[in-house]
Amino acid sequence: MAALTMYPENERLEGGNRIVFNLYIISAVALFVLMMLLGLTMRMTQATWLAVPADLFYRILSMHGAGMVGTAALATTAVMWFFLRKYVQLHLWAFITNYVMFLLGALCIIFAIFIDGYGALWTFLYPLPVHGMGLWSPNSAALFMLGYLLLGVGMLVFYLDAAAAIIKVHGNLGRALGLQWLFGGTIDPDHPKTVVASTMVIIANVLGILAGAVVLVMSLVNIFYPEMALNALVAKTLIYWFGHMYINATIYMGVIAVYELLPRYSHKPSPISRPFLWSWASSTLFVIIVFPHHLLMDYAEPRWFAVMGQLVSYGAGFPVFLVTMYGALTNIYRSNMRWTMPSRLMILSLFGWAAGIVPAILDGTIRINLVMHNTQWVPGHFHFYLLLGVLPMALALMFHVIGHRADAPPNNAADRLGFPVYLIGGLIFVLAFLDAGHLSVARRMATHLPEWTATDKIGSIGAMLVVLGMLYFAIRITAGLLKAPARRDPDGGMANTAD
Amino acid sequence: MILQNVIWTIALVGMGLVALGFIHVIRQAGKPADDAATRKVARTSNVLRRWLFGALLVVFVGATYGTLRHFPIAPQHTPLDIHQVVNVVGQQWSWQITPDTVHTGSPVEFRVTSKDVNHGFAIYAPDGRIATQVQAMPGFTNKLVYTFTQPGTYKVRCLEYCGLGHVPMTSQITVLAASGG
Repeated sequence: MAALTMYPENERLEGGNRIVFNLYIISAVALFVLMMLLGLTMRMTQATWLAVPADLFYRILSMHGAGMVGTAALATTAVMWFFLRKYVQLHLWAFITNYVMFLLGALCIIFAIFIDGYGALWTFLYPLPVHGMGLWSPNSAALFMLGYLLLGVGMLVFYLDAAAAIIKVHGNLGRALGLQWLFGGTIDPDHPKTVVASTMVIIANVLGILAGAVVLVMSLVNIFYPEMALNALVAKTLIYWFGHMYINATIYMGVIAVYELLPRYSHKPSPISRPFLWSWASSTLFVIIVFPHHLLMDYAEPRWFAVMGQLVSYGAGFPVFLVTMYGALTNIYRSNMRWTMPSRLMILSLFGWAAGIVPAILDGTIRINLVMHNTQWVPGHFHFYLLLGVLPMALALMFHVIGHRADAPPNNAADRLGFPVYLIGGLIFVLAFLDAGHLSVARRMATHLPEWTATDKIGSIGAMLVVLGMLYFAIRITAGLLKAPARRDPDGGMANTAD
Repeated sequence: MILQNVIWTIALVGMGLVALGFIHVIRQAGKPADDAATRKVARTSNVLRRWLFGALLVVFVGATYGTLRHFPIAPQHTPLDIHQVVNVVGQQWSWQITPDTVHTGSPVEFRVTSKDVNHGFAIYAPDGRIATQVQAMPGFTNKLVYTFTQPGTYKVRCLEYCGLGHVPMTSQITVLAASGG
């Protein structure tokens, strides 16, 4: 059955496609390791095991935040491109443009932070970027924002190319989402889940990036013309609209790998269904309007706005639990599954996403947010579904691809050791954050009270394990990608190496 | 009952249930199933999915009703008939709190704003847990209403990153036992 071919011919990476895909992935895994080392540095500083000055700590925090969000977007964009190109005609130049803009933007951000001292975090919350109080200059803030604009323009080019290609095949974005089958009709069984997910990401994240562009340009105008002050509430609202959609888009791009690959490893097809289409249609709406849960402590926002934040946070749990997670578990149940790195990582990613949503939904409750907002509960839940959710989704594709290159299933002894190191480290790391939130430990503080350091120390140990695991993954994936492609089968298909 | 402990318990139970579901399925994933068993699994799975949908719906509707029936944020645009009023101004990197002494048993209205950047006005109870909080935003005055039940010294910390002096941006509020109580 064609859908269950482990390495279909139309996923083959050759020539320019291979070079660019390798650039994306090798850059991403290297950056993940570097950004994790920055994270470990911060946790060890809070644990009093390292002495990092406060000004450097906040610059590291700014780099870690911007770097992780950007790298997650880079890696998951590669996931979306890898699969979407099978169904629509994507242009390689758009994919390359995104990569080049990412590099240029990253250079601006690195220069602004480590040369020019920018330390107003990845959220550039107005008007902090122009109130550095001697720690950084408005010019460094402007350079940081220019870096963001470059990143955003690169993503927009990729998304617009993908949107044009999808529309060319499916007529419009609504049909690509499968809206015509929500209430009835016979669903085309060949309608690709990848097209549905990609369309959702394009709709939501183009809006998010445009909101980000608006507030970035407004902030840049304010930097150079301070008399043109902004409304702080409007600026914050736009920033969180952009920030929420940008990071959430990485989940929805990353999960494409699970939809595409899991049935191949479980040997059970997972056909498109009406609940699946409802799930993605509702997620499209939810991800666009759920961001007020970041603004629950801004009482100046209208009451309906806060209520919407809470209700939509709850509603967003339904598609994740009932369709994606439940569907995947049903797919692998009694499937005679053989565990290799891609299948392990896919199941881990779904667990990380589903379990991480529990503390996230709790934090989206206004009554709870009153005591959890801006505590370490927040990095606890978002690291849960990013570190143990999104990153394993991208890693699953990477291991799948190197399995193809090596002509052998990625499941050696070092893999079997590296995986639990990453998993156990990740769990210790995120649970230490959540426990700290429960103890009211504030987030984003360079130094901690003595009574707060116990969870910092446990979290640091978890972070060390995560870094070790990720370092191994990065080396393994880089070496695997640089190997020559596997031999072509005499009958035209590629070797199925996972059986 | 400390609210944070309740939240932590709910989170652990929720994450634990998700973990148990995964562990159960992972233990079964390596086993084969013939066609009859596959059809049976599909039927059971559909029934379970409906139950899960129902359970989630009940939990979310119940949580919505329980947490929003008495809206936890005070009205912002109408005068509040509250006699204890405290004005709070945040500024890099200190708090002006006037007055800084209040009494237990009756609500206190904190009128919170900022002179420069965003700050987070968080009140830590003597046991070290956050009692309540609100953002301090330039150009806006947020009204936070809270009734203290225990006398003592409550620490104020900034919970919105505001630059180099974010950690030492602290103050305190003295809460006395209600005189008439």
